[in-house]
Amino acid sequence: MTISRADIEKVAVLARIRLDDEQIPALENDLSNILSLVDQLSAANTDNVEPLAHPLDAVQRLRADEVTESNQREAFQAIAPATESGLYLVPRVIE
Amino acid sequence: MHNKSVAELSRELESGKISSVELTREFLDRIKAEDGQYNSFITVTEDLAMADAKAADEQRAAGNANVWTGVPFAHKDIFCTNGVATTAGSKMLANFVPPYDATVVANFRAAGAVCLGKTNMDEFAMGSSTESSFFGPVTNPWGLNKGEKRVPGGSSGGSAAAIAARLVPAATATDTGGSIRQPAALCGVTGLKPTYGRVSRYGMIAFASSLDQGGTMARTAEDNALMLNVMAGFDPKDSTSANRAVPDYTATLNQPLKGLRVGLPREYFSDQLNPAMEQQVRNAVKEYEKLGATVKEVSLPHAELAIAAYYVIAPAEASANLSRFDGVRYGYRCDNPQDLNDLYTRTRAEGFGNEVKRRILVGTYALSAGYFDAYYLKAQKVRRLIQQDFINAFKEVDVLMSPVSPSPAFVQGEKTSDPVTMYLEDIFTIAVNLVGVPAMSVPAGFVDGLPVGLQIIGNYFEEARLLNAAHQFQQVTGWHQKFPQ
Repeated sequence: MTISRADIEKVAVLARIRLDDEQIPALENDLSNILSLVDQLSAANTDNVEPLAHPLDAVQRLRADEVTESNQREAFQAIAPATESGLYLVPRVIE
Repeated sequence: MHNKSVAELSRELESGKISSVELTREFLDRIKAEDGQYNSFITVTEDLAMADAKAADEQRAAGNANVWTGVPFAHKDIFCTNGVATTAGSKMLANFVPPYDATVVANFRAAGAVCLGKTNMDEFAMGSSTESSFFGPVTNPWGLNKGEKRVPGGSSGGSAAAIAARLVPAATATDTGGSIRQPAALCGVTGLKPTYGRVSRYGMIAFASSLDQGGTMARTAEDNALMLNVMAGFDPKDSTSANRAVPDYTATLNQPLKGLRVGLPREYFSDQLNPAMEQQVRNAVKEYEKLGATVKEVSLPHAELAIAAYYVIAPAEASANLSRFDGVRYGYRCDNPQDLNDLYTRTRAEGFGNEVKRRILVGTYALSAGYFDAYYLKAQKVRRLIQQDFINAFKEVDVLMSPVSPSPAFVQGEKTSDPVTMYLEDIFTIAVNLVGVPAMSVPAGFVDGLPVGLQIIGNYFEEARLLNAAHQFQQVTGWHQKFPQ
């Protein structure tokens, strides 16, 4: 299995990781090698096998809809790159 | 004092022969003097440790001590520590100071143990050599006397190297594909990956959530039991935490092994295994026979597919987990973002290292439209086949034994150029994570002066049986008491 330059560029957009042009050849090589390793899976007969998402097949635990945590906005925003009036700042989205 | 185990140090403190302040000072001085050559710590919390030691001594004087009160140890830098930098070995979190404690951290705090700092690791726990850390590689204390700079294994290489160098008697660690067992093996220490869900993941920075499990590392099995006593238990803050009673893991250490049924998985004694390593592992199995165990060969027919399944599932889950690092709420943010997309893409390009980016890209690809069934769903089905192999094996035997890694500690840089070569380091450890069962690495000899680990795999929630088996082995062997020169 090989992965093309176009595939890598598309996946990088989905993953929100900027790639420089000179990084792509090495990634083509590495990702193709990883996908070749992964392609061993196609040899396995998995007819009628249920996928396993959790080792103990546990399901999501539910709890009562009650407030259990106190508001810690100041503590959380103290470590943010940029905040103002309790809001997180990002570059302007709407002109 | 620095050669002693946690159990021994605890007795010294109890007898009043030494105070926690003195003990903590001694270990901090060793870290200061020696860690330059290993780089096993990212952060050393000297002032906090001395204050905690003083508080521990006061607690003991007041008659409120337990086995951990005043005993120094360290946390892998993946566990969030309130007010102390927690980096996961990444530039992305180099400036991250969590406003809360992981449950594991809170548990050790409540027990009165003295944390000396945070140990180095592969970035976001992705690696088998602790070479991908933003804070530089860790050097294995073994081999340095020959002038060789070898890897400590990974991703918990800082914890393993620090224990082997006797900078701490014990350290926490995490294991997603072998990240406790492989470094423990390569550094000659004892490590335990518990059953999935046994130890809370709350505040443990996520890599692959259906595989990640916190665990223990120390020199002896007894110390691992003492650690697990503090770490194991139900936590409502972790949605996959197991709600089951926690035994006293030290209570069964001395049970005789007579009648223990040991299985040797044929597939784990393959031609990929270094023959000298195989000899050491088989010698260890012979010790178990002398202790009264019966040994038979078993088969895990789908085990050879474990690496392939893992390198779909782990990157897929990682790509989702690591999407939270966007430069908005905490962690690294790129300079002068032009717009929101530029903020995201440049923050992630600059903040993540190469291996992390590779795995995010592979995971994103595997989850993308048109590929989900062929990769992710297929891998989860193969995961079930592998689990069925283990369930069948445990109908015949109580524990499985195998090597931990295919070869001893390799030289730094030897496997960094080809990711797949590095991935094959975990060929004997990865299935355990897919299945979710507990497993240990126990020192079992040397090859060319480098430690060899014996892997002992147990059925779900049978940590006590593994610790018992490891402890009995350590009563009749001295491998765990060997120190690097």
